[in-house]
Amino acid sequence: MDFTFSPEHVALRRMIREFAETEVAPIAAEIDREHKVPHDVLHKLGQIGLLGVCFPQEYGGMGAGEAGYCILMEELGRVCTSTATNVGAHIGIGAMAIHLDGSEEQKRKYLVPLARGEKMAAFGLTESNAGSDAANIRTRAVREGDSWILDGGKVYITNGGYAHVITVMAVTDPALGARGGVTAFIVETDWPGFKVAREEDKMGIRGTSTAELVFEELRVPHENVLGKVGEGFVAFMRSLDMGRLTLGAAGLGGAQAALEWSVRWAKTRKQFGTELANKQSVQWMIANLATEIEALRSLVYRVAWMVDAHQPFTQLAAMCKMYGSEVGSRAIDVALQIHGGLGYTRDFPIERAFRDARIAEIFEGTNEIQRIVIASNIFRDYGVRIRP
Amino acid sequence: MDFTFSEEQEMFRSMFRDFSAKEVAPKAEEIDHQEKPPLDILRKAASQGFLGATLPEDYVGAALDYVSYALLIETLAHDCMSVAVTLATHVSLVAMSILETGTEAQKEEWLPPLAAGEMIGAFALTEPDAGSDAAALQARATPDGDEVVLEGVKTWVANGGIAGLFLVFAQGPQGVEAFLVPQDTPGLTVGYREPTLGLRSVPFNTIYLEGCRVPVANRLGEPGKGWVIAQRAQDRMAVALAAAGLGVARAAVEVAAQFATERVQFGVPIAQKQAIQSYVAEAHVEVEALRYLVYHAAWLVDQGGEFSFDASVVKNFGARVARSVTNRMLQVLGGYGYMEDYPMARKYRDARALGIIGGPTELYHVRVAQRIFSEWNVEITP
Repeated sequence: MDFTFSPEHVALRRMIREFAETEVAPIAAEIDREHKVPHDVLHKLGQIGLLGVCFPQEYGGMGAGEAGYCILMEELGRVCTSTATNVGAHIGIGAMAIHLDGSEEQKRKYLVPLARGEKMAAFGLTESNAGSDAANIRTRAVREGDSWILDGGKVYITNGGYAHVITVMAVTDPALGARGGVTAFIVETDWPGFKVAREEDKMGIRGTSTAELVFEELRVPHENVLGKVGEGFVAFMRSLDMGRLTLGAAGLGGAQAALEWSVRWAKTRKQFGTELANKQSVQWMIANLATEIEALRSLVYRVAWMVDAHQPFTQLAAMCKMYGSEVGSRAIDVALQIHGGLGYTRDFPIERAFRDARIAEIFEGTNEIQRIVIASNIFRDYGVRIRP
Repeated sequence: MDFTFSEEQEMFRSMFRDFSAKEVAPKAEEIDHQEKPPLDILRKAASQGFLGATLPEDYVGAALDYVSYALLIETLAHDCMSVAVTLATHVSLVAMSILETGTEAQKEEWLPPLAAGEMIGAFALTEPDAGSDAAALQARATPDGDEVVLEGVKTWVANGGIAGLFLVFAQGPQGVEAFLVPQDTPGLTVGYREPTLGLRSVPFNTIYLEGCRVPVANRLGEPGKGWVIAQRAQDRMAVALAAAGLGVARAAVEVAAQFATERVQFGVPIAQKQAIQSYVAEAHVEVEALRYLVYHAAWLVDQGGEFSFDASVVKNFGARVARSVTNRMLQVLGGYGYMEDYPMARKYRDARALGIIGGPTELYHVRVAQRIFSEWNVEITP
């Protein structure tokens, strides 16, 4: 057993923290207020190689593995959940699908520019009636010579409003359904028939694009089928697993920031003649929170290590996402409570972090879906197949 | 024992519901997003007598009992918590303080215009370094002949930006004193408005008192007895805020329940899923428990006796239920719950205020504990 980070990962974290504090933290309030995707920051992240943090060097990546990717998400989550979300959608599910299932040509053509941040990616799975129930997809793809014609649409697509490349799930054989009838396609967003229909007005992560997409007779060349025809669903589930783990890491960063704010305020603010730090209610909040954060940290990096060691991790990734998002929400709720009125105003970052944190319990499969994933894995070990 | 509302109270409730559905619900999203104080709604509420809800008819009030008034606050909060908090600040904190401790002359001067909505009341107690702690108040009231000079800074003054009359607390020679300060008094300046997470149409302002002179006749109550006025006001407000929590929580359950019957996942409406059933069922249980605490506390107010302990209990529970219910009902809506064009996100942001405004939950824990331990003759200091 060895619970220490490698010197490379330590150096990576130092580099990312410096970037996060000098480049990301100062713009976090502004991009929230103005609903602005931080394109400059994303561009710089690409230039220093961080948008390919976990991809092999031969495809323009940094080769720092899933652990490196979790470090990136933790450090970004610590200062700005919007930025972490943009990056997570790009790397963790958008580009990741191509990394996992792309052909050599597809990786050369798409993964390399994505890893360098020259292009941005998104992941197109959710539809109005198929969110957590991914098997209920209605977008159709019909073969026509060397192409596929896509018709339908997607909703709540993170990065959807500005991504250059979107991996899209469509039904190629309605008779077969999710297992065998759904195929993944690499779609370039400047192709005719691709349209961004609207941007959502969200409570938090307002520095991200959450778009509704429409496909009208969108022609996709057959060479852009990702993986095998009919096996898109299985492939996408793997990408989602990778993404889920790193959401736990982002939640960890957010929770850590909330703890630091809380401790600093509690040692400063006086009520009834003494610092809040001397009040036992506050001490309990801090102690409980710190314990949860340590448990989360251990879980996240253990699972990252399992991914890098090629061990199965689906169930644990669901736990990371679920627990990470709930610790994240509880942490910022505690920070808000300790700050009282100051925590409730938009003049301090806590208010933004409170709104931002709440999405993590919902997106990328609601926490209810994560519980179903966890339970079905556990019951499967006992030979029982459960229905959701 | 009788747990039913009287015929009159039922009649009021249906009248409040009609009003709120017609005048408040359609504007709730807009006034939140634009952070606009609900002046039109207040005007219409005044014409219904709501701004003088609990004041006697002699002062142009509607002479409602506190139970009926709690029904009003619950009903308004069901559609818009901002409107409920603005109205409760006006009635519970300001108008009723004057009614309870004012001289006949003060009542005649200030209550009719408050009841008619000609002036909105604001409550100026909190300071940058003193919220719940009387001893820490820095604002000063210095007598000067027939006048008193007020100096200090008040923060988080609810209704600050729209008020015609401020109830201001300051340290006088004999302790905390309360003063009625009209908005146009020289030396009173309404300043910074807090940009809040929720309750976005309630203007919470900083007010500055610089050489602000008011006649001694504007002092409410006996010299040095201001802290009792503040506490009584906050106890009444605690009951009103719990009623608001009840309204917002009940509305959240309704929205989520309806959504769950319409949203199909895995081939069935999610109402068929046990996890969703548990969320909604537990929320409903909590809402029902809160309902009885709220109306019991309101009934105690009407009995005219001591209700401070019950107010602390209900403030605590109301905040807890409103926060946890809106949080879980938001989860039922999934992504839709997070979008600002659905009402749930607003309810969640609004409900979070209840853990803070009118005193943080932790303070109310102390108050409840004080009472419990006092029965063993142990005195608790916060």
